[in-house]
Order: sequence, then structure tokens, then C-alpha cells
Amino acid sequence: MATDQALHGLDSLELAPARSRDPGQLARRAWAAVWPKLLAIALVLAIWELIAATGWKHYVLKGPGPVFANLWDQAVHGNLWSVIGATLQSAVAGYALALLIGTTVGLLVARIPPLRAAVGSIITGLQTMPSIAWVPFAIILFGQNPAAILFVVVLGAAPSIANGLISGVDYTPPLLLRAGRTMGLRGLALYRFLILPASLPAYVAGMKQGWAFAWRSLMAGELVVSIIGQFSIGQQLDVYQQNLDFAGATATIIVILVIGIVVDTIFTKIDRTIRRRRGVLEEV
Amino acid sequence: MSITNRQAPPPGPVPGASAISGNGGGDTGQQAAAVRLTDVTKIYGSGGSAVQALDKVSLSVADGEFVCLIGASGCGKSTLLSLVAGLDTVTSGEVATGGRRVSLMFQEPALLPWLTAGRNVELALRARGVPRDERRTRTLELLDTVRLTGFGGKRPHELSGGMRQRVAMARALAQDADVLLMDEPFGALDAMTRDLLHDELERICAERTLTVLFVTHNVREAARLGDRVIVLSSRPGRVIGEYSLPRMGPRRIDSSEVSEVAAKLTDILREEMGRHGH
Repeated sequence: MATDQALHGLDSLELAPARSRDPGQLARRAWAAVWPKLLAIALVLAIWELIAATGWKHYVLKGPGPVFANLWDQAVHGNLWSVIGATLQSAVAGYALALLIGTTVGLLVARIPPLRAAVGSIITGLQTMPSIAWVPFAIILFGQNPAAILFVVVLGAAPSIANGLISGVDYTPPLLLRAGRTMGLRGLALYRFLILPASLPAYVAGMKQGWAFAWRSLMAGELVVSIIGQFSIGQQLDVYQQNLDFAGATATIIVILVIGIVVDTIFTKIDRTIRRRRGVLEEV
Repeated sequence: MSITNRQAPPPGPVPGASAISGNGGGDTGQQAAAVRLTDVTKIYGSGGSAVQALDKVSLSVADGEFVCLIGASGCGKSTLLSLVAGLDTVTSGEVATGGRRVSLMFQEPALLPWLTAGRNVELALRARGVPRDERRTRTLELLDTVRLTGFGGKRPHELSGGMRQRVAMARALAQDADVLLMDEPFGALDAMTRDLLHDELERICAERTLTVLFVTHNVREAARLGDRVIVLSSRPGRVIGEYSLPRMGPRRIDSSEVSEVAAKLTDILREEMGRHGH
């Protein structure tokens, strides 16, 4: 069995030796990722403080100190958490609906050529449409209630999700399709075992972009549509604007920014995990 | 290079004593043919842009036979395999496999990158409707066959090129094919790995009495593996020669017999390439 031994030897020579991960190295890498962010935040705060110190528009403009004090106050004594809760509830409901609609439409369009000819470019058109433009339409149609906001969020997010799925299906490597057909995979089985898993990275990219659009649309909607008995982030921002409360408004903007970043980070993590599993992620 | 080719004298006495030359025909064997192509013509496109890939190709491969197809670029080797695999249809002529199961292997392993090696093999079993319990054991057996015991949990990108190609081989075997079509399966591998995989392929074919149609543009590989070598012309592909290798059994790629046959095949191919050098 000389061949056998030679083959096993060759296999072990060709496999990359397992990389050892000592905790020190992990900590160093984490630090390398974190310090530029901290530095950037510090710089922004410093510039902001400097502008406030010049006294420019001193009758409204506040420095970081008062703004963060306001944020703290909202979190401890105010209704920050209930406001965030109300908004996230709309966000989750709208995004889930967008996911459902976007996925269904994406699948149908990818699978049925005449349908693609009919609505393929409309989906892309919808994607580029500023979601604020839908708000008047939604209010006329649904009135000042949650359905109007849901409508705007779904129209913001669903096209990106559908487009992500469509491009994933389109870019399934032809070689894999050939391999699948050789194995005897046809029709739905080909979709289930090959085309859909192959589309996953593009689909997740579409979901990520869809989230960004959903979040923007939601803020646009909440700023304009006021719903009685449901106080949201956008409505709170609107109230601060009317009171010319710079600290309150800025604190709210920071909350919006942070939520957006946190959710985006989750999508990035999912995306990286998928790519690492498929061996298409460059490990640094 | 092309100049020397053109000036090269025509290759000596038509490919060896055992050669059955012939355009078309050539099959007089009484053995049951596993694969039979009769006057197969394939034209891609139509009108002025039509490209003829194959021109009245006739050949047959007997059950259990290992046939190598060799030719320069544009000889329609891959087209021919696609036709036999049923991935494409002929323009005219006939392809018959007598209801045998056919599986196809490519130059690239074409494994699904999101599945482990084991799951890739298992998917082929699943596509055939093999029940779950049986799939587990069959997958392990197949990985043993290609000597990848214990690597079932690795993903394709964690394996070397040679190992991936063996997973692809296990997947092809999982289709329980009688006929294995191989499209330059070792073309992307280094010489040392390829040499070992020749041994492995030979062993597996012997264990399972597989019929193999093996496309390559490597004359040594053809001479090393084939019971018979069929030479195709280019643009369009036609059978321009057949070379029957006396059953010499397992032979080394660096043996003198292989070199001798390879040299003759090279001569035929160079003459053929010379025809296109205008």
C-alpha cells in the first residue's frame, strides 16, 4: 500500500497546520479593532466641544456635556426606554413584513422570466426612491396610524431584500448548477439544495441594506405621522424640535445612530460567519 | 512552437500496429457497448455565428472499459461529455447509454462550499432518494474509498486541491453510476498528486468495474490510464485515430511503454494542430 501511505503523507503536508489562538493574540486583535473607533469618537467630541466653546449660536448650541447629561436623565428619569421600545416594535414588525414580502417577490421574480421582465426594473426603481416621499401617500391612504408607518417601512426595505435574493440566484456559479444537474437535482430540489444556499450571502447583503432603508423610513415616518398613545423616537425628536431643545434632540439623534450601528453590526457578524464557513473570508 | 509543428514530418507509420484508424465507424466489437455515439453532430448557435463542435463522431465504449479522449483545444471533448451526460442535446446523430447511470466529474471539484465534505457526498445520495440511515453509512464508506476517512467534517476550503477532487470522486461514485465521465479531472493538480490519483482511480475502477470515458489533453495521462485512446481533431471535433493499448495492466507514468505511446499520440496531435496553423 505504498500509494496509500504516500497519499496520506501528501494530504497532511498540504493541509495548513492549525493556527493556535492564544488569548493574548485575541486581545491584541480586539484592541487593534477598537482603538481607531475610540480615537474617532474622541476627535468628534473634542471638535464639538471646541465649537461650543467659541460661543457660536450659544443660545441653542450645547456641548457634549449637557447633551450626555440630558441622555442620562432621559434614561434614568425619563421615558427613553419606553420610547425605544415603541420604535423597535414598529421596526421589528415592519422589517419582518418586508422580509416576508421581499423574499416572496424576490423568489417569484427570479424564477419566472416574464415576471422579471415586467417588474425587475421597478424593484430597482423602488429601491432608489426616497422613503420620505411615501409618507404623504401613506397618510392619505391609512391616516395617522401605525399602518401608515408600517407601509413606509415595508416599501423602504422590501425592494433591497428582493433584489439581494434575485442577484444571489442570478450569480449562482454555473459550474455548481452543472454539478447539481449531474447529481439529478431538478426543479424545486435544485432550488432547495443548491440555488438558495448559494444565494445566501447576497440575500444577507440585501437584508442588511434593507435594514438600513427600514430604519431610515421608520424615522421619516415617525417624524411626520403622530400616533396617539404611542410615543416613539421620531415623535420625541419632533417634540424637541418644536421646543428648540438642542440637548434633547441631539441626545435622541445619538440614540438613533447607536441603534442603527448595533443592528448593522449584527448583520455584519452574520455575513462574516457565512463567508468564513465558505472559505471566502480573508483572515487578517 | 507552431512553426516546428508545421515543419515536422508527418508522424511515422499510422499510429502503431494496434491502431484502428478511422473517421466514424470503428466499432466492430461484439461486446455490449456501455456508451455508443453514432454520427453525433453538435452545432451551437445558428446562421453565420454557428459553431460546429462535433462532426459525425461515432465511438463506443465497452462495459468496464477505460477510454481516454484526447485532442487539442476546440476538439469538442467537453461537449461530447455533456451530450453523454444528458446535460445537452445532439444536433443530429444518436447517443445511447442503454439506461446506464452516468455521472460526470469536472476539472474543478465543483463542491458546494457551504457543505462539509461528507454532506457534499451525502447530497448526491439524497438526490437519488437513498434513505437517511443508509446515507450515513454509505457516505462513510465512500470517503473510505477515496481514502478520506475522518475528513468528512471538513469544509472544501479546508482541504487541498487533490483532496477536494477525491471528494468530488466520492460524490460521483455516490451517484451509483455505471459510467463515469471525467472532464480533465486532474488537469488542475500538480504532477505528484496527479500521479497518486491515477493509481487511486485505477484501483477504484477495478474494485467497481466502472466504465470510464476520460477526457484529457495530457498524452502521458492518456497513455497511462486508457485501455483505448481516441484522438479527436479540432474545430470541428472528429475521430481521427484510435489507439488500442494492449491490456498491460497497471503501469507507471514514467515507464517506457507509456512514453512510447505518448510520443505517438503527440505526433498525431501535432500533425492535427499543424493543419490549423494558417
